[in-house]
Order: sequence, then structure tokens, then C-alpha cells
Amino acid sequence: MNTDSITLSRRAVHVAIGALLCVGTALTPVLAATPKDTLVLAFAFDDIITMDPAEAFEISAGEIMGNAYDRLIRFDVKDPSRLYGDVAKSWTVSPDGKTFSFEIKPGLKFASGNPLTAEDVAFSLQRAVLLDKTPAFILTQFGLSKANVRDMVKATGALTLTLETDKAYATTFVLNCLTANVASVVDKKLLLSKEQGSDMGYAWLKTNYAGSGPLKIREWRANEILTLERNEQYHGDKSKLVRVIYRHVKEAATQRLLLEKGDIDIARNLSPQDLTALASNADIKTTSTPKGTLFYFSMNMKNPNLAKPEVREALKYLVDYAAIGDTLMKNIGVVHQNFLPMGLLGASTVNPYKLDVDKAKSLLAKAGLANGFKVTMDVRTVQPVQGIAEAVQQTAKRAGIEIEILPGDGKQTLTKYRARTHDMYIGQWGADYWDPHTNADTFVRNPDNADDAKSKPLTWRNAWAIPELTKKADAAVLERDPVKRRALYDAMQAEFRKTSPFVMLFQQTEVAAYRSNVDGLKLGPTSDSTYLFGVSKR
Amino acid sequence: MLAALKATGRFVLVLALTYLGLLAVTFFIGRVIPVDPVLAIVGDRAPEHVVARVREELGLNKPLYEQFGIYIQKVAHGDFGTSVLTANPVLQDIARTFPATLELATLGILIGVLVGVPLGVWAAVRRGGLVDQVVRVMGLIGYSVPIFWLGLMALVLFYARLGWVSGPGRIDVVYQYTLQPVTGLLLVDAALGGEWEAFRNALSHLILPASLLGYFSLAYISRMTRSFMLNELSQEYVVAARAKGLSETRIIWRHALRNAMVPLVTVIALSYAGLLEGSVLTETVFAWPGLGLYLTNSLQNADMNAVLGATIVVGSVFIGLNLVSDLLYQLMDPRTRAR
Repeated sequence: MNTDSITLSRRAVHVAIGALLCVGTALTPVLAATPKDTLVLAFAFDDIITMDPAEAFEISAGEIMGNAYDRLIRFDVKDPSRLYGDVAKSWTVSPDGKTFSFEIKPGLKFASGNPLTAEDVAFSLQRAVLLDKTPAFILTQFGLSKANVRDMVKATGALTLTLETDKAYATTFVLNCLTANVASVVDKKLLLSKEQGSDMGYAWLKTNYAGSGPLKIREWRANEILTLERNEQYHGDKSKLVRVIYRHVKEAATQRLLLEKGDIDIARNLSPQDLTALASNADIKTTSTPKGTLFYFSMNMKNPNLAKPEVREALKYLVDYAAIGDTLMKNIGVVHQNFLPMGLLGASTVNPYKLDVDKAKSLLAKAGLANGFKVTMDVRTVQPVQGIAEAVQQTAKRAGIEIEILPGDGKQTLTKYRARTHDMYIGQWGADYWDPHTNADTFVRNPDNADDAKSKPLTWRNAWAIPELTKKADAAVLERDPVKRRALYDAMQAEFRKTSPFVMLFQQTEVAAYRSNVDGLKLGPTSDSTYLFGVSKR
Repeated sequence: MLAALKATGRFVLVLALTYLGLLAVTFFIGRVIPVDPVLAIVGDRAPEHVVARVREELGLNKPLYEQFGIYIQKVAHGDFGTSVLTANPVLQDIARTFPATLELATLGILIGVLVGVPLGVWAAVRRGGLVDQVVRVMGLIGYSVPIFWLGLMALVLFYARLGWVSGPGRIDVVYQYTLQPVTGLLLVDAALGGEWEAFRNALSHLILPASLLGYFSLAYISRMTRSFMLNELSQEYVVAARAKGLSETRIIWRHALRNAMVPLVTVIALSYAGLLEGSVLTETVFAWPGLGLYLTNSLQNADMNAVLGATIVVGSVFIGLNLVSDLLYQLMDPRTRAR
């Protein structure tokens, strides 16, 4: 080689470095905090599939609906047992408990400028039942159906409407159901103008907005961005923020970096490690709320070993609740061994189980399985579920139970679970609406355990045939005395703890970390009660 | 004339068969993965009658071949269906996600080529020397370090600590609604609109993930360049050129590299095609709404319309780049020119 090529290379290196430096200086970003009138959140919202409140049932979508749509009544986020009128000014229940009459506040308007009347409210409930999408069951469970909904829900005047139910249910049950997203009030005139065929605006509303809430939906770009704007027509206190922008950021570590740099105001999906690391940062605060979501694992009673009551009880003693709570679930969950999450009417806080290998061993011996057995568990490969499964695997082994973990994507494990071809399944369950029946319906009701059953609640998926408990759950939803109703749920929870194939583990605590210049952020107990219209920035 | 027509005809036929095969394989794989596509639409809570109705609406109760037939018929009429996850027509989704990936991949491959080729040449010339070793180690790191980790580290360093570049995402939220979308490529749109602030912002968001992708393709390109160059440098014509007294620079860059470029074009084209598929991990770390994430998310939810649509795009990219590299071959190597 000669010096020629060396000089050339040196020159090239100098040029390259020079160019890099130039690009570097040119790109150095202006230190830009987010605008004062705009709240920017990092939120993993890839679960959203629609903006129509009659169909939206995903966790992230719930939050958007809660901010963008009004409903007849809402529950108080500070005390969820207290209901208040949203578009309803007042309501009464007939003495037989089957007719609910509502009076609508006068002078309300949708974001479109159209007036909001009883006709719109009736249309909204009818539309949800007629479209019959996933959340429609919340309304049909008190007797509304496609055939009768136009008679059962009626506007009786410009500002009055009545709702009839098929039986006399607990008043709280019906009213609680009406706080759900599916009961959101939509703009009849606007939707009918966008109608295709006779779809009541269904195709259009998937990506559009027809509401009257404090924030209106400007745009939803799947997996990218979701923008809400202040609704100037809103009847109550108008939002302090002009704009709320959700950015889809899937990776927790990325959310943390964005928050630390001030490119976002609120990070919604941080891991326990991120939260611990942020605790020492003076610019960042956190807020948390117990959610209606429970972590559990369950045992399919089609497996002969798991069908033995002693085995099921033994597994409840083979979880180190305290240790998992201090590590994997630190800041994001608390031990909870009941099927009603704290905050719901009648929720029990009795947590009798703790790790006790000897007790588990003696129970297994009683079941004739002193040497243990082998079993599989379907596990979604996300935290904290995967970590909890591994911890359970360790402790169960100490009593001779060999758990083989079958990892899978969420939809994959769920498909198997729904077909009840699993042995054990670990997952979570969130309350669908703010009434104890939502969880009783799936954890202690199994009307038909046959393979071709019409309804397939969690009890069915684990082949737990419980005709007696089913009757008790049905009775509880008709009990109109709140004190007695509470007692019924308490008794069901005690029986469930002892005999069910469900090992209830934790109740989720949702945590959000935010920049210290954000005021008024409060996470709601349900996905649809995290209200951003009360938030402001300094 | 006739021969040309015949050749064109054969090309079109092969193209059609390739697409059909691609779609068939993707379709059947998508239908045998153990995920219930209805689940993505109705969720876990839906009553059984809703599940059954949606299954019927999607035509999932028909035999597989019939489902495929219906799909192909629709595609032939330009209807790629609607994604159940995003509620948008698949074409619209692709028009949104592909430019994001295109912008990233193009800058990435530019970096990969502009840095990788000279490095490879340099390493070949200094075979066994320090430069060669350094380039080799860099290449190895590029191959073996998970891009996910490297991406996070790069963010921590250049974005969080040094503040040289903007963070994850394609552009700051303040420009989100000021920029008029024309091509979907933010740099182009900003330049067209004369929005130079937005241009600068988009570029400062783009540079880090693009450099990262560039680094990964650089690792491969520099290794291949080195080996092609070594091959050329040992040829007789190089010895002859040296004997004639040509300068070493001229021999390396004019004679040897020009010959090495021929096989290198294929390597570069394939690297570029690989980047255009979208890099799921890079897109996740950098919150980049590109094709890779779209495709993966759709696949996990068995959203077959979206998966098939994205597969066609990826397939077209490969076919197109193959064509381009064939043409470049003919330009660079007279021997391959059809007579």
C-alpha cells in the first residue's frame, strides 16, 4: 500500500466528522416543553377498535368515551356508591321497581350544535340494543331486547323519558348499568344524517364523533395518535385544556424517557422499576387508584386432578402472595382474594390464604396425590403475569406440583381459554360496569355447564358447575334492600374463596406519573372514569 | 417486437403467480394460527350470540378455500377490505404507515451505504490491519447486539442526556396538525410546504432511529464490500494496473470497486427491502407508527385483511427492488445486457 490511499482515507474521515458535526448542530432540538393549553399523554392504546360508544369496550377506548360522551347519570369518582345526574336533572323509580323515569336538563346541546333532548337519549339506548355489539348485554340484562326496546325505552316529552325493566331489579343495579359507556348519549340528528342503509350511523361513528361531553374527539389514528379538543358547547364547567393528545407509546422505558424530558406530561404505562426510578425525580409526581381489575389464575375442572377440591385448595396455599406483592406487583397491585374488587358494593377484604407448603402437602395427600402431579399453565408473555406464573411455578414445585408454563401471545392464550382446553390459565378480569353483578355474573354464575352452552362465563371456561351459587347470584341482583344485597354478596364470596377453581391474587392499582406542573389529575376506579377535563397545567 | 411482447407477457404472468402464491401462503398461515379472529373484534366479554354473528359476518364459517376465493375476487376489484383493528380501509392504513417506514428505511440505507461501502473498501485495503479489525468488531456488534437494547441506549444518551436529537415519535405534537399531509413523508411534506421548522423537527426525530437501522445494514454491507473487494484486488487486472503504474486510489475506487459494485447492488437492494418491511423492535422503541408495527399487531390479532394487504406491499417492495437491481446490473455489467 502507499501513502496515497492513506491520505485519501484521512481526508474522508475528516470530511465525515465535519459533516456529522454540522448535522449535529443543525438538529439540536429547541428545548420545547408541551404547550400550556395542551395535555400530552403517552398511553398504549392499540386495543382501541372503534370510537362508537355502542361498541367500544376496550380499556383505552373506555377512557375516551368517559371524557367525550355524556350519559344520563355518572358515579362520583371520589365515592363510587354516590350517583349524580349528568344529562339527567332527576330520576324516580315506580313503586313496583320496574319503571324508571328521567327528567333531562333543559337547554343542553351536542358539540354539533344540535339540541340534546329526551328523544336523543331514548335513541341512544335503543341504538345500543339494536346494534347488539359486545357491551349491549349491559342493557339487555334487565330485559331490553331488539324486539321490545322501542317500547321499553321511550321519550314521553321533550325532556322526559321512561325506561321499563322486565323484573324488579335492585335499583342500584339498573342505575349503575346506566353509568356505563354503552349508555352514552349520541346525537340522533347527526347520526341519522350519516346513516348508510339503516345502520344508525354505525359505519360513520367508528372513526367520528357525535357526543356532548366536555371534550370532543377530533381524530383517532390507530396506534399513533388520538386527539381530544375542548367542547365549547358543553353544559357544565368547560375543560381547562384546549387540547388533549394521547400518543401511542407501547414501550414503558420509552414513556419514561419522554416524561423525564418533558415531551409528554403524563405517562400511563410505566413498569414498577420505572416508577421506583422516578421516585427521586423532583419534577415528576405519581398518582394511583385501585382499579376494578383482578389478577387470578384458574384451574380447569375437566382435568381430573384439578377437579379434586383438596387440590384446588392446596394450590391456594402454594402462592407466595406477600413476596410477589413486594416485588412484581409493588406499586401496581395489592393482595386481594375475592371476586369483587374493593370499591364495589359488598366487596370482601378477607384474605385468608398465604404460602403454606405443609398445609398444601397434607391436602394433596388427602386427595391421593402425595407425590404431586404434572399440569400446564397458559401464560401470556407480558409482565406482571409472566413473572407471577414463574413465581407460582417455583412454590408449587415445593409440594410436588410440576407446572409447565406454555407461553403465548394474549389472543392465543385467550382463544384456548375460551375453548376450555387449558389446564390452568393466568389472567386478569376487569369489572364491566360499576355494580357487583358484573363479577358475580362471571365468577359465581354458570347457568349451563354443557359444552354448547349459550353463555360461557369464566365459571364455564373452568367447567365449574354451580347450580346453587347461580341461584344465589340471581337472587342478589333482585334484592332491592342494599343492606341485604351486601350480605348476599358477602356469603357468596366466602363460599367462592373456599371451593372455587379460581385463585384470586391481586387487585390492580393503576399508577400514572406526571410532570409537576400538571394539576388535578385523578385516575378513576374504572377505565371510563379517568376524567381529563378537570386537569390543568401551570 | 414480438419477442419483447412475449417477454413482457411472461413477466406479467410470473408476477401474477408470485402474488397469488404469496397471498395464498399468508392467508392459510393466518387461518391456521391458533388465534380466533373474532376475538379481536368483539373482545373477551361478548355474549355467545354476538360471537357467532360476527363469525358469520366475516365469513369464517365457510370452508377455507371459499374464504380465499372471495378474498381474491375482492382484491381483483381493488377492494382490500377493512382492518378490524383500526376500522379503516386497509389501503388507507397502508398509505399512512408505509411512508413512515419508507422515510426511515431510506435514510437508514443511505447511511448504511455511504458509511458501509467506504468502510468495507478501507478494511479490504488494510486487510489484517487495525482498520480491518475495528471494522470487523463494529460489524460483529451490529450483528449481535439486540436492536431493542441499542435503541434504548441511544435514546438515553443522545436524547435524554445530551439532547442532540428529538425523542421517540415522528414529529413534535405542535406540528402534528400544522403540517399538510401530501405524500405522508414528513420531510417531503414539510419541504413542499416550505415549513422549515417542521422539517428540522422531523429530521431530528428521524436521525436517531435511521442511524440505528443504518448501523445494522452497515454491518452487513461493510462485510460484504470487504469480501467482494478482496476478491477483486486479487485479480490479474489489478496487478496489471499496478504494473502500468496507476495510482492506488484509482485502482481501488475506479477499477476494483466498480467491479465489486455489481454483486454489491443485490446486497444493498436486499438490505433496503429488509428495512422496508419495517423493523418491529425499532418502531416499538421509537414509537414509530410504521408498517412493521402495523403488520405485527394485525397478525397477533389475526386481522387477515390488514396482514394480507401489508404482505402485498412487502412483496411488491421485494419484487420492485429485485427489478431495479437487475436493471442496475445491466447498466454496470455489459456482459449481462440482453442482446
